[in-house]
Amino acid sequence: MEELKLYTYIAVFGTFALYFAIAWWARAGSTSDFYVAGGGITPLQNGMAIGADWMSAASFISMAGMIAFMGYGGSVFLMGWTGGYVLLAMLLAPYMRKHGKFTVPEFIFDRYYSKTARIVAVACLIIASLTYIIGQMKGVGVAFSRFLEVDYGLGLGIGMFVVWVYAVLGGMKGITYTQIAQYVVMIFAYTIPAVFISLQLTGNPIPQLGLGSTLADGSGVYLLDKLDMVVTDLGFKEYTTASLGGGLNMFAYTMSLMIGTAGLPHVIMRFFTVPSVQAARASAGYALVFIGLLYTVAPAVGAMARLNLMNTIEPTAGQNLEYSERPQWFKDWERTGLLKYEDKNGDGKIQYTADAATNEMIKVDRDIMVLANPAIANLPNWVIALVAAGGLAAALSTAAGLLLAISSSISHDLMKGVLTPDLSEKNELLAGRVVMTIAILVSGYLGLNPPGFAAGTVALAFGLAASSIFPALMMGIFSKKMSGTAAISGMVAGIGVTMLYVFQHKGIMFIPGTSFLGDMGKDWFFGISPNAFGSVGALVNFGVAFVVLKFTGPAPAHIQAMVQNMRIPGDVSAAHDH
Amino acid sequence: MEENKEAYWQENLRLIFICLAIWFVVSFGLGLLLVEPLNEFRLGGYKLGFWFAQQGSIYSFLGLIFWYGAKMNKLDKKYHAES
Repeated sequence: MEELKLYTYIAVFGTFALYFAIAWWARAGSTSDFYVAGGGITPLQNGMAIGADWMSAASFISMAGMIAFMGYGGSVFLMGWTGGYVLLAMLLAPYMRKHGKFTVPEFIFDRYYSKTARIVAVACLIIASLTYIIGQMKGVGVAFSRFLEVDYGLGLGIGMFVVWVYAVLGGMKGITYTQIAQYVVMIFAYTIPAVFISLQLTGNPIPQLGLGSTLADGSGVYLLDKLDMVVTDLGFKEYTTASLGGGLNMFAYTMSLMIGTAGLPHVIMRFFTVPSVQAARASAGYALVFIGLLYTVAPAVGAMARLNLMNTIEPTAGQNLEYSERPQWFKDWERTGLLKYEDKNGDGKIQYTADAATNEMIKVDRDIMVLANPAIANLPNWVIALVAAGGLAAALSTAAGLLLAISSSISHDLMKGVLTPDLSEKNELLAGRVVMTIAILVSGYLGLNPPGFAAGTVALAFGLAASSIFPALMMGIFSKKMSGTAAISGMVAGIGVTMLYVFQHKGIMFIPGTSFLGDMGKDWFFGISPNAFGSVGALVNFGVAFVVLKFTGPAPAHIQAMVQNMRIPGDVSAAHDH
Repeated sequence: MEENKEAYWQENLRLIFICLAIWFVVSFGLGLLLVEPLNEFRLGGYKLGFWFAQQGSIYSFLGLIFWYGAKMNKLDKKYHAES
């Protein structure tokens, strides 16, 4: 245990020292540096930074665990969180880069010639980004308390300080280069344990191939077939066919995550950092290479972790593990409360079944699968230390990107754009840094005192992005005639129905007991769950916008000319102000 | 000049349409709607529909983005629209 702690300190503080060095080397001198890294990032660098920006504590820690317990149903996250990049590459990124501004609300203001639209966009952005940050801050606190046995609050404080140093000092420029380093840390931390485990279970070191291989125990049985057999024997749903609430729900869920991904401002912003339209298209491709590397390994991690867990509890059929002989990792995680055992039948052995009356593993938190995986598979201590540094890299890189999105929307869109247009560049830069500091403090506070509705808010972030931002941006590019009035009506209608559906299920702002229309059944709209409703909201947005457009008349000629100009890459200027 | 811009945009739209049709087929089609019949077939230990949902769709997305990027770079050259 002492050796493990030493390795973990080296891995965690070694990577922090690296981030500080990068921050000093890449500090920002102008608003262009601060918002878009001077516009001089190469597509390969940008792809890697997008990967780190996009893959959060949820992708790193939670996703494989969700897949482990959902099986085939977990596919919605795999397809949803990667398919959005196809939409970004073809429908949004190149044209928004051509337009050449700093922020997403600024693009919406130019295209829809309306300060109201800009403020609506700022509001959506802040709500979506803040809810996301709470999750990252919690991830930082949990990683510290679990691996270094540091107090949760102190761990959170250290994390806030690290982000503050490189994000405030370096802005987009510092964040970009730090994210590149964080991506490298994260991907090694994720794939190395997966390679070891795949090798142990199947003899094939490539997890993507191992998942489709036969087991190395000489039985000649395919890993997935074995897993299907083990889980169905205990009454769980068959791994490779378990659906997530029906076909239509999975369809709507996947679509919501795809268009939500394409509409999240902190991701779109990263496309403003490259020098050309061609580079923006290439960035999306490289981003998906780096994201795909983790996302194609994740299903192997999930399935193998589930199989290892089952094999630990029931090493040979009918011979369940004696509770007194449980391994060390089992005890470690029991102490955190994320794993709980209750000897219901008093035989001193562990029974893990789908039947709540006889199941003795009364709590198996999904989040422990990735973190406990190396220990379950008996991997060396330095691998476990690496996983701790990787989890922190995932949380910090995403938090930094979100903080920049928030601070730029306030200093550039609200202050420079609406409230105090005569702000000098130097003061705007200062304002950006002050706002970011405040945003870090606010998110740290929320991480320390997570509001009761925090768990439900990721759905809210994707719902907002899918039902308001994505349709507004896409129509702005693909329909020259789309007017400000029509687009705003669409956005309001899209957000409206999505929020109504989410709140009707989960209570207003997730406060229990305030769900109105109480007599309607759960998932009453064709079995679609609230998390999957963003795609329906987007359809409403498109529909309302085109109907209003038909009755109110098209956008003025100079706006149509601007859209025409956006569509052709020629004469791309560097990303610039106003 | 205006005609060229319109022609460029029409070619771009055609490409996007083809790419998004494939995008839809490999994920929503093969990974979700047709998953049951496809699961009758196998790719090693993977049921084929399951493979598309958890592996194949992601590889296809990658291919699509790079193919679209290469085609668009050619189109930019053809219309002298490079930046």
